[in-house]
Amino acid sequence: MALKLSKKTFKGGAHPSYKKELSATKPIAVCSLPDEVILLLSQHIGAPAVAVVKKGDKVVAGQVVAEAESKVSSRILASVSGEVSAVEKRLSPSGQKCPAIVIKTDKENNDIKKFDPIKEPKPEEIINRVREAGIVGLGGAAFPTDIKLQPSKEHKIETVIANGCECEPYLTSDHRQMLEEADALIDGLKLAMKVLNAAEGVVAIEENKADAIELLSQKLANENNISVLALKTKYPQGAADMIIKTVIGKEVPVGGRSTATGGFIQNVGTLINISKAVRDGMPMIERVVTVSGELVRSPQNFRVRIGTPISHLIKEAGGLKANSGKVIIGGPMTGLAQFSFNAPVIKATGGVLVIEDSVNGKKSQNLNPCIRCSRCVEACPMGLVPSALSIYSQVGIFEKAGEYDIDACIECSSCSYVCPANRPIVQMIKFAKQKIWDSEKDNG
Amino acid sequence: MDNFKFTVGPAPHIEKTEDTSKIMFWVIAALLPITIGAIYIMGTPALIVIAMSIAGSVGAEALWHAVSKKPMTIADGSAALTGLLLALTLPPQVSWWLPLFGGFIAITIAKFIFGGLGYNIFNPALVARAILLLSWPAQMTKAWLEPVNIDAKTMATPLYIAKKIPASFDAQAFIKSFLFTNKAGSIGEVSAVLLLVGAAILLFKKIIDWRIPFFYIGTVAFLTFAAGKNPTFYVLAGGLIIGAFFMATDYVTSPITPRGRIIYGVGLGAVTVLLRFYSNLSEGVMFAILFMNMLAPLIEKYSRPRVLGMAGKAKS
Ligand code: SF4
Ligand code: SF4
Repeated sequence: MALKLSKKTFKGGAHPSYKKELSATKPIAVCSLPDEVILLLSQHIGAPAVAVVKKGDKVVAGQVVAEAESKVSSRILASVSGEVSAVEKRLSPSGQKCPAIVIKTDKENNDIKKFDPIKEPKPEEIINRVREAGIVGLGGAAFPTDIKLQPSKEHKIETVIANGCECEPYLTSDHRQMLEEADALIDGLKLAMKVLNAAEGVVAIEENKADAIELLSQKLANENNISVLALKTKYPQGAADMIIKTVIGKEVPVGGRSTATGGFIQNVGTLINISKAVRDGMPMIERVVTVSGELVRSPQNFRVRIGTPISHLIKEAGGLKANSGKVIIGGPMTGLAQFSFNAPVIKATGGVLVIEDSVNGKKSQNLNPCIRCSRCVEACPMGLVPSALSIYSQVGIFEKAGEYDIDACIECSSCSYVCPANRPIVQMIKFAKQKIWDSEKDNG
Repeated sequence: MDNFKFTVGPAPHIEKTEDTSKIMFWVIAALLPITIGAIYIMGTPALIVIAMSIAGSVGAEALWHAVSKKPMTIADGSAALTGLLLALTLPPQVSWWLPLFGGFIAITIAKFIFGGLGYNIFNPALVARAILLLSWPAQMTKAWLEPVNIDAKTMATPLYIAKKIPASFDAQAFIKSFLFTNKAGSIGEVSAVLLLVGAAILLFKKIIDWRIPFFYIGTVAFLTFAAGKNPTFYVLAGGLIIGAFFMATDYVTSPITPRGRIIYGVGLGAVTVLLRFYSNLSEGVMFAILFMNMLAPLIEKYSRPRVLGMAGKAKS
């Protein structure tokens, strides 16, 4: 079906400089195998996986090393062949030490143990395969995909949206995959539509990825129920609430599931993985990661095994141009700053960035007062008053923050980004949310 | 990579384009055309008033920091800006100590009583002006004695003439002087054109929200037109332009919400017109802004944007 240009967009948002050109035009390279991989047991939403191997065990890439023992969880498969060298706590991207399985790579034997390909999959077979392959949402939240594919019976899914917005600056991994794996993307989208019995499919792409829009429009020219939708380039267009609002015109209820709107969103990378798991039997042991930033010698996208330490990935991109800077896992708007190169790539890692420290150097040690300029109010895509939320958090009146609908905040950082007083608004909001949860727990 | 120095800090991690002192810089820059124009047209008296007022406010700021031992914020320009704004609301013929005192109390009240930048309810420059007006009414209205060629004892402002002496009121002549060289008023009223140049800078740089001046001036124009008066005269007279673009838009004392700013602007316009038509205060702008400053928190509370998805919020 023909390309549609969306005139609609959401209210608010921000326009950071995108800097995608650093890596957008180079093809995805295959990252060499690291000496060891670190497989964190909790790299998805839900219960951590439970290790089923122990130190000294020999494992084959694609073999299960940690099993999902509760419903909302995801299993972890060995991403390389080798020997389990430790089951211990390792540094995670969030800076905490978390339980992990460490595998010493056997670089000689590295065939991947795959599942049997399925030619004509039935919906249950697709769901099972997604679960056994350990697929989770790759867009950031890492929700187990098999659970997501089985929404509440009350939610009838009309539209499956392949989310190719990739609105975070620097990141181009979704973009490159749309260009290089368009067929798998379309297949994955159709598989999801089949499982959900959805009538319509939409590939939603921000306008700044014109080549991907063109390619997918061509490939979908003869499909009458799948279209490409070009959306305005604006942060955070790729957030679930924004994309549903723009594509379907409905609002995701606060605290509810996006499927309540009849829309189902899945990141393009996840859909590609679904297709590969079903058609080729490929387990979720690798993903595409953007390695970029002004301080990286040759920014590029890499197909990298899950668990690869970011130090290895940065070396693969030619190393660094400077001896100091900011290392970020994720995108620059919501990603996590690192204090070492030791954390591994997890299933949700879309990017590893090394940039100059342009922001923190300027931040004063004091918390600046809010000058009430209203920029955060205009930028908040959810219609909140971030200034008020940050002030209530700062002075410790958390109930007031609740009255100001703090639970609707999607933690997109648009407010902090536009704040001329450099107030860490999102951090203050997260702090207040935590306090509110804690006190709710205390009260039963 | 071995000796890499990591800087850590919360997201977002990329360079931003805005910061507080840059905003202050642009506001001061936007006031330069009128400031320079006023000094050029009105001469040394205007220069003295401006210099004294800024000296008073910056001096108060320095004193406050010496006493409170909080870090200096003179560099952020807010005190200088307050002093300049106050000067622009004063007539050029006042004694030199009056703006000095005014600048000093503007900052003292904002800082000592309300706790510093960001917490004052009332626009500090206008509070200071109100205090000066109540304490030294003769000084404060002196300006209007000389340039307007009528009986000196009436101390008539153009708005006063329009209201009380309609026979000698010539709207067209006043409009022309308001636009280019109006000596019958405060320093900041010397030329509406120069003020509008500054306003254009603020709007273009997105420093101020168009909603407040648009709805303020629009409401004044509409109500005066509806009352059968000359709207152009009423828009250009009595410090409305400087008030609407440079004072009513003060971040700290106006509502933060977009809808709130519309309500605020309309309210300002209505109060200004009421004061001009029905009270003895023919300069309604200052009191209208101070009055609406007081209502701003309330307006803000009831004009919050609609929160996406709140309607369907899952019941817990
Ligand atoms: S308040 Fe929350 S939703 Fe709104 S801009 Fe800030 S982080 Fe985003
Ligand atoms: S952007 Fe920052 S300074 Fe401006 S109103 Fe929001 S919190 Fe206050």
